[in-house]
Amino acid sequence: MSDFSFWVILKNLIWATQWTIALSLIAFIGGGIVGLILLFLRTSQVKWLEVPTKLYIEFFQGTPLLMQLFLFFFGVALFGIEVSPWTAAGLALTLWTSAFLTEIWRGCVEAIPKGQWEASASVAMNYIEQMRYVILPQAMRIAIAPTVGFSVQVIKGTALASIIGFVELTKAGTMLNNATFRPFLVYALVALIYFCLCFPLSWFAKRLEGKLNVAR
Amino acid sequence: MSLVSIRDVRKSYGTVEVLKGVSLEVEKGDVVAIIGRSGSGKSTLLRCINGLETYQSGAILADGIEVGGLHANLRELRRHVGMVFQQFNLFPHLTAAENVMLAPTVVNKTPKKEARAIAAEVLAKVGLSEKMDAYPSQLSGGQQQRVAIARSLAMRPKVLLCDEITSALDPELVNEVLRVVEQLAKEGMTLILVTHEMRFARDVGTHLVFMHHGKVHESGKPKEVFAAPQTPELQQFVSGIG
Amino acid sequence: MTYHLEFSALLPYWQDLAWGLWFTIVLTAVSTVVGIAVGTLGASARSFGPPWLSGLVRVYVELIRNTPFIVQLFFIFFGLPALGLKLSETTAAFIAMVVNLGAYSTEIIRAGIDAIPKGHIEAGVSLAMTRLEVLRYIVLRQAFAKIYPALSSQIVIVMLGSAVVSQISAPDLTYAANFIQSRNFRAFEVYFVVALIYLMLSILLRYLLRLIGDRFVKVG
Repeated sequence: MSDFSFWVILKNLIWATQWTIALSLIAFIGGGIVGLILLFLRTSQVKWLEVPTKLYIEFFQGTPLLMQLFLFFFGVALFGIEVSPWTAAGLALTLWTSAFLTEIWRGCVEAIPKGQWEASASVAMNYIEQMRYVILPQAMRIAIAPTVGFSVQVIKGTALASIIGFVELTKAGTMLNNATFRPFLVYALVALIYFCLCFPLSWFAKRLEGKLNVAR
Repeated sequence: MSLVSIRDVRKSYGTVEVLKGVSLEVEKGDVVAIIGRSGSGKSTLLRCINGLETYQSGAILADGIEVGGLHANLRELRRHVGMVFQQFNLFPHLTAAENVMLAPTVVNKTPKKEARAIAAEVLAKVGLSEKMDAYPSQLSGGQQQRVAIARSLAMRPKVLLCDEITSALDPELVNEVLRVVEQLAKEGMTLILVTHEMRFARDVGTHLVFMHHGKVHESGKPKEVFAAPQTPELQQFVSGIG
Repeated sequence: MTYHLEFSALLPYWQDLAWGLWFTIVLTAVSTVVGIAVGTLGASARSFGPPWLSGLVRVYVELIRNTPFIVQLFFIFFGLPALGLKLSETTAAFIAMVVNLGAYSTEIIRAGIDAIPKGHIEAGVSLAMTRLEVLRYIVLRQAFAKIYPALSSQIVIVMLGSAVVSQISAPDLTYAANFIQSRNFRAFEVYFVVALIYLMLSILLRYLLRLIGDRFVKVG
């Protein structure tokens, strides 16, 4: 094979990487917003708010992301609503991400000593105020490392969007493989690009974690 | 020949020399108490005797086995040299009896039944017969340390090294451990102890070693040494203890 | 417009679902056992092995943890035959799962080993145990107890991730779902039911792992 083909493959893969990044950002930011809302519901101590939130989290954490993508892509279309791979992938990944982020953040909120809740309640703060001014500012510090760590899972999760026809890095790899018949090279490059996206985040998350442990 | 023979041992961590040529002979049945300030090298010396620490020059022979050197037979050595630690270091996933049985079954291939009998015997010796099936987390500090002593005894060591074994204990638990050690001494066990218990060192020890700045600064019979310290450093150390 | 859900359209295909479910269960069980064995070896090598081996294990762990499972699967199934290593769909699926879980469990078990107080290792060594004996009887037992919850969640994650093996036509539960919906054109019903089966599976798996943990892994 000529060198030309190698550079064409690489160029196309890097081009497709932008869609992996775009989808990751959408899922992560959207998932963060939904997750924050769910976090308030989940920790509200109000039963009829907590139970549906729990079920939501159970569903998205207890079924394969691939199933969720299929349900959005094929399922919703049957009700007469045309769904593009973009919408289906964006929605499914956002909701999936939100479920995990809610659980991660809940752990951080619960790590805050009970005395903080009692102290803030004793100065007449309501639940929202307690979260906003006392609990979240402290929980955020310990939440950063696992949140950054989970962003790696989101990037890897976007690879499944290829299965419903969303053209991102993995799908581009499959298409290039079909065109060039060089699977070893193509998938090695695809893996390498994912690694370049994910490893810095993993490394950063681990460093943050180490720092926090020293600070404590 | 001495049971433990330490000859001009030197050790340094990087540029810091912690042992500056230490020599010491320990005969069978001796009870050697090593005292000194923290950082004087006493714990390091003890840990060198069973090969937990390496040394750069000199020689240590324990039960005729050379400790240093590239191909030292540390496994054989450690079968005969027991060690008890400041932090007990009991294995939390095993009961008291299982802690004691582990080394006999794994290292000596003693059958389970026989090992259990050994465990019963040594735990009785430290006064813990009724705690055989308790986990470490269910025992007090003093009891844990007695189990740790029993664990070492189960290997029938020729010499027992004790590294500040009462320093991590609450004051009211110290005596139950010291009584066990005193009993061992009476039975003729060879002991090398790093300790802060001066009264114990004087009453039970047959030899006293005062270490200072990585050297044996003064040594002799405990009662004589305590009665008339020769060097200003030991005088200061003894009076500082009060 | 209204769409009428027809779950009865699945009934003729219940055997396909059952076979797919069975494959997913076996795939998960085998890769859990073998993957944890790989992880135990990996973590031991990482913590106690010579520097070159420890470094090699680290590269393996980081490579797997920072790339998507589907790409690992495609690399093994499509890429390796280019080197003359031809694998069946099923073999490739098993290998990919083991390689994946092996890397994660290496990292998890290593964290458990690191959390063991150094004094316990010294105590074992002082009792004349070899490093290998210390590792086996003292370190690993305690490490497993410490990291068992983390390992359990990873096993569930890997089970759910196994849905991807359908993409190389390994006959798992998701593959059965794809097959059925291509026949009866009832995609939503099929995927909904199969999603629920996965949900039950993960709840059962978590329960089973907790039982095993309470029975065998507890520390006194």
